[in-house]
Amino acid sequence: MSFPWAAHYTPKAPLMKWIDERLPLPRLVYNSIGAGYPVPRNLNYMWNFGVLSGLALVIQIVSGIIMAMHYAANDLVAFGTVEHVMRDVNSGWLIRYAHANGASFFFIVVYLHIFRGLFYGSYKAPREMVWLLGLVIYLLMMATAFMGYVLPWGQMSYWGAKVITGLFGAIPVVGEPIQTWLLGGFAPGNAALNRFFSLHYLLPFVIAGVIILHIWALHIPGSNNPTGVDVKGPQDTVPFHPYYTAKDGFGAGVFLILFSILLFFAPNFLGHPDNYIEANPLSTPAHIVPEWYFWPFYAILRAFTFDFFFVPAKLLGVLAMFAAILLLFFLPWLDNSPVRSGKFRPVFKQFFIVLCIDVLILGWCGGAPATAGYVMISQIAAAYYFAHFLIILPLIAMFEKPLPLPNSITEAVLAKHNLQGEEPAAVPAE
Amino acid sequence: MLRAILIAIGVFFSGMMLYSFGASTYAYLTDPAAPTAEEEFHLHPKEVHFSFNGSLGHYDRQQLQRGFQVFKEVCSACHSLKFVAFRDLEQLGYSEAEVKAIAKQWTIKAPDVDPKTGEPSTRDPVPADHFPKPFANNVAAAAANNNAIPPDLSLMAKARHDGPAYIHSLLTGFQSQEGFKNAKGKELLKEFPDSKTPEGLHFNPYFANLNLAMAPPLTAEGQVSYGDGTKATVDQMATDVSAFLMWTAEPKLESRKSTGMAVLFFLLIATGLAYLSYRNIWADKKH
Ligand code: HEC
Ligand code: HEM
Repeated sequence: MSFPWAAHYTPKAPLMKWIDERLPLPRLVYNSIGAGYPVPRNLNYMWNFGVLSGLALVIQIVSGIIMAMHYAANDLVAFGTVEHVMRDVNSGWLIRYAHANGASFFFIVVYLHIFRGLFYGSYKAPREMVWLLGLVIYLLMMATAFMGYVLPWGQMSYWGAKVITGLFGAIPVVGEPIQTWLLGGFAPGNAALNRFFSLHYLLPFVIAGVIILHIWALHIPGSNNPTGVDVKGPQDTVPFHPYYTAKDGFGAGVFLILFSILLFFAPNFLGHPDNYIEANPLSTPAHIVPEWYFWPFYAILRAFTFDFFFVPAKLLGVLAMFAAILLLFFLPWLDNSPVRSGKFRPVFKQFFIVLCIDVLILGWCGGAPATAGYVMISQIAAAYYFAHFLIILPLIAMFEKPLPLPNSITEAVLAKHNLQGEEPAAVPAE
Repeated sequence: MLRAILIAIGVFFSGMMLYSFGASTYAYLTDPAAPTAEEEFHLHPKEVHFSFNGSLGHYDRQQLQRGFQVFKEVCSACHSLKFVAFRDLEQLGYSEAEVKAIAKQWTIKAPDVDPKTGEPSTRDPVPADHFPKPFANNVAAAAANNNAIPPDLSLMAKARHDGPAYIHSLLTGFQSQEGFKNAKGKELLKEFPDSKTPEGLHFNPYFANLNLAMAPPLTAEGQVSYGDGTKATVDQMATDVSAFLMWTAEPKLESRKSTGMAVLFFLLIATGLAYLSYRNIWADKKH
């Protein structure tokens, strides 16, 4: 596909040949995730997370479809049908815990996948479209997860839905009609529950479709790599199969081990106890918090406590929260340093580390009660978050002096193994 | 142009945040938030040892049976267990006949309809029935309990942080507010006169808002007489009923842990093999 030396598909089994001549699906698979896709030979384990995200999506779809067979999206019985899955359905507890914890693992691997892209500059030319489609996936994932959390109709489901749809209420004039329209009523109820279920069932398949586009777009330039240097020739690549299928197989094993530890031994660790209380519109929980993967954005939302002239704080918070996500779409044009990999960008690297810590701090504050101390920490952290992407990255790109780049991937690999005689100075130490 | 707009947005949001930080720091320094009575009186659950703690922990069937007895003789007067059926008790080691007898002799009868007149009536529960609710409806429940509705207990052990220890602490944590922490309560009451427990409610520092409509249900040693000879101290009864409520909340705990062990064993081997084949395939390639 992408490189002239990519292996060509020559079906061996007569059946495959027969199919391939009529519908070149085997060829498509071969060229996408088979021996026909040449991949840089130097990818590190951070490149496992794309395939792991795909695995997480499969786990969600399979467990979700089985749960939907026993679940009823009706506000009078929804909570009970989830308990029915947990108690009466054969291995229902396994299906349900797998789906609930699977969502968390999905976000863990996607966050690592995104931060991989942020560090190695995978969002830069010529992979902007891969990055943009990735962000579309991320937005769809957040919508899916939010609606999924409403389905068990526990206290956090109900109040989470109320708070999040209430964000639209912050928009002047049209806000409240929009909120009512989204919910199909003045508060979450049976109408909201039904439409959330319908969309929650739909969106994962939309995600699957966008993933196909994401990988299609990736296969035009081919994968980036830890040096960020372009592939120069066949010596720089290995065929995806068997090299990376084997590595991804090992990665999948590690993923499943960690997933099983949580799923079987601490299945409620990431959940909130209040969601084991059935939704009650008359009793507001002491602390309404979303699931952990929304905490950084929730912290930004709550950090806005002061009005700006005629713009109320709540509206500012909502705008900032959406801006915090949407700004990532502009990243390829904000950071226009020609060097991709953070390994060769000494200044960028420092700020990248600060960003990672900053996002963790935001997450920690977002999960904590909104007391003065946490709000103040969120304010500093949110200031850095916006400054990092919108001010610091463009500035670094202007002033930073990058380290010398290796001439090729192969050169970098050989230097690492001390196999190269001449010009060791051209390859910076790691 | 695009970059200029984006940078301006960045300056606005970051500036707004720094300004807010300054303003909230000022507000915090000039007018620090005073601690509330809830914060001062509230206690986290005690450390309690349960046999089902830990990744290999199991339920103790004897204990669950004792806990069930406490539930039956004390708690069931006010609390329901709507997600649990009588036949589930077989998992605690009762025989089919015993379960049948327990259901038949249950004090609270199951709602029914008179087959001749269609009038509401009641009948003896059967093993397939879930535990019947002690009150006809929420109004009746609240009327009998100082305006509070006794919550269903099926999921209570998962609906509070550190659930089983919380239930134990709640049941053993009733005390006089004045005597709280060696008379520290007296001082706190002076500081927060409004926090005095209202008439009809009961002070309990483990409860989120400190004043509970439930009167202490376990008050005297020997309130239930255990068939297995265990001494029925208040602490013992509280531990047993907490363990029982963990079982009602998570009846599949044991198969979850044992399945987990088998799955992990399998995955460790499979992942080891996957690692070896990865190394083998890459053996000739420097990377
Ligand atoms: C006389 C009726 C009565 C009896 C008997 C009773 N309770 Fe309660 N219980 C209540 C009421 C009423 C509440 C609600 C209290 C409130 O919300 O203020 C309650 C609340 C609770 C709670 C929830 C506390 C919380 O965090 O919200 C637990 C747990 C509990 N009871 C356990 C028990 C156990 C275990 C027993 C048996 C040993 C028992 N109760 C016996 C009336 C009773
Ligand atoms: C369901 C979620 C997703 C799946 C299944 C998925 C899948 C993949 C796969 C299989 C690859 C190639 C292997 C790899 O480089 O890791 C890839 C690459 C990539 N993905 Fe994703 N992805 C998902 C979400 C995202 C998101 C949310 C983003 C960013 C916002 C993103 C950005 C990228 C980028 C930039 C690359 C190219 C990496 C490179 O070549 O260095 N992806 N994705």
